[in-house]
Amino acid sequence: MSEQVSMGDPGPTGRFGDFGGMYVPESLVPACIELEKEFRQAWADPAFRRRLDNLLRDYAGRPTPLTEARRLSDELGVRVLLKREDLTHTGSHKINNVLGQGLLTLEMGKTRMVAETGAGQHGVATATAAALFGLECVVYMGEVDTRRQELNVFRMELLGAEVRPVRSGSRTLKDAVNEALRDWVATVETTHYCLGSVMGPHPFPWMVRELQSVVGGEAREQCRALLDGADPDLVVACVGGGSNAAGTFAGFVDTGARLVGVEAAGGSAMGHGVPGVLHGMRSYLLQDEWGQILEAESISAGLDYPGIGPEHSYLADVGRARYEIASDEEVLAALQLLSRREGIIPALEPAHALAWLVRAVRSGEVPLGSTVLMTLSGRGDKDAETVMRALA
Amino acid sequence: MTTALGVAVEPHLRAVRDAGRKILVTYVTGGLQPHWIDALSAMVDAGADLVEIGIPFSDPVMDGVTIQEASSRALAHGANPASILDAIAPLEVPVPLVAMTYYNLVSRAGHRRFSAMLSEAGVRGAILPDLPLEESGPWESAAAASGVETALLASPVTPDDRLGELCRRARGFVYGVNLMGVTGERASLSATTRVLAKRLKSTTDKPVVMGFGISGPEQAVEAAAEADGVVVASALMRLFLDGQGPGALAAAVARIRQALDRG
Repeated sequence: MSEQVSMGDPGPTGRFGDFGGMYVPESLVPACIELEKEFRQAWADPAFRRRLDNLLRDYAGRPTPLTEARRLSDELGVRVLLKREDLTHTGSHKINNVLGQGLLTLEMGKTRMVAETGAGQHGVATATAAALFGLECVVYMGEVDTRRQELNVFRMELLGAEVRPVRSGSRTLKDAVNEALRDWVATVETTHYCLGSVMGPHPFPWMVRELQSVVGGEAREQCRALLDGADPDLVVACVGGGSNAAGTFAGFVDTGARLVGVEAAGGSAMGHGVPGVLHGMRSYLLQDEWGQILEAESISAGLDYPGIGPEHSYLADVGRARYEIASDEEVLAALQLLSRREGIIPALEPAHALAWLVRAVRSGEVPLGSTVLMTLSGRGDKDAETVMRALA
Repeated sequence: MTTALGVAVEPHLRAVRDAGRKILVTYVTGGLQPHWIDALSAMVDAGADLVEIGIPFSDPVMDGVTIQEASSRALAHGANPASILDAIAPLEVPVPLVAMTYYNLVSRAGHRRFSAMLSEAGVRGAILPDLPLEESGPWESAAAASGVETALLASPVTPDDRLGELCRRARGFVYGVNLMGVTGERASLSATTRVLAKRLKSTTDKPVVMGFGISGPEQAVEAAAEADGVVVASALMRLFLDGQGPGALAAAVARIRQALDRG
């Protein structure tokens, strides 16, 4: 039964059911334990929360609007409400997480942040927070992604960060995480690893979900205001590691809304993976019969990840959330649809959520007349070149 | 099966220590070259007291560029746990063999199956650098049941109370990590080596070996000063990657052996 499922505190072991945990080298164990303690304290401290809330309001531009997508709704036959994370400073939900982790970095007395990035959104957000807080910043980015997202590399450099291209493995997000972890092992006494999604070792999956839960919290209130106190029938968000989905779901997990996460077809840990351990966590992973990690492949660099946050694995296993996929072709069509019907060019990542919705409405899986809350996690500027090439 | 294959780890290392010698642990990435088994035997003949067999993983986060390259090349040649252990099984060496790999390979196979695969190949120890005390309970039970000793890594930042727990739960030996960072050759030994070695020696009677970054005989002697021995891995794999054969690896091991024996 799904009623008692909650997205709560996973406790000191960082477990969401069978998933999560803290599978890190001994050299990182003290840092993870310290981080959990610091975050637990800060999160319970009204002064810390006030500082963060003020930054989210005055710097990041929160609360973000809930936009009723009228022309899209007319076309689809369902009522679509968009949570507009694309309108935040830096253009995606990633800013919510980095402002929190940046403040924590200061609290811990550390002077440097490292981060991984796929599409570059989290890298840009981290570089932004580092500039704001006066921290040194190094961003690891797969070499393939530095080419796909040249503009974001330049933005990070403009913000004063150093971008280090990663040439190992598949040269994408997974390898950027490996390299960030290797950096952190060597520098942990001065450096905070500003992980960008609800993944990695405890406390990251929990901490990042808490920092992103502002998305779901606002959306829930905004939906109730718009829907005369009712909740949407369906809540949908895209999933790579799964931070915008986790933050969104956190606001609706105790309502009657169906929760759906949409992965890239070529990177569907939930569809094609089996549980395993990578990057400090136990979760569903794309891997071969021996446990070698397989490479995810998607048009969207942000979803090119062979795993998924452990809490999503838990929500799937207990049946509270479902995880679906969208193909590159469907995503490109969805991106154009939203652009033309609503004047909103979404990033490729949230276009996955819309792509699935379009298919699910057409197949009847989502009944006509349903109310749908969809998180628009980021804006499409960064993807303009990729889309231009794909449509050429 | 009544008689365990292979050489048990801790008794052997204690015997080396009791004989007044420093323990020399070497390493080879399984499946890296067609003649990797010859390299293993040559290292033993040249004076290695224990050999770690690297079972390559696609995402080795505790390894620097040398072992990363060795791992990806071995994987590209089709190496997997079964092919590596099958190659080892017929081998008769007078020293313990210990598998060094990452936890996902163990998790994928299943704890009992993986530990049985190791012991059936005569591999009597394991090192899993991404499996800390908090998560290692289930593996420790399965390994112990198969006669596989799991050595644990201690870090310069491991607090004292944790170091005690870690030494209690380590089997075979305790592996002191010389530095904050990943594996790989370094120009000089980290200042943290001596401090951690002393802390470990005052905490446990189990054999203590120090590793990470040891590139040659002088560093080996220095790292072994306060410990029972050393691990040399990347420096040997660099030779292998550069196209040198078992003879060159044996010569490098012999030089370290001699330096350690001179003290």
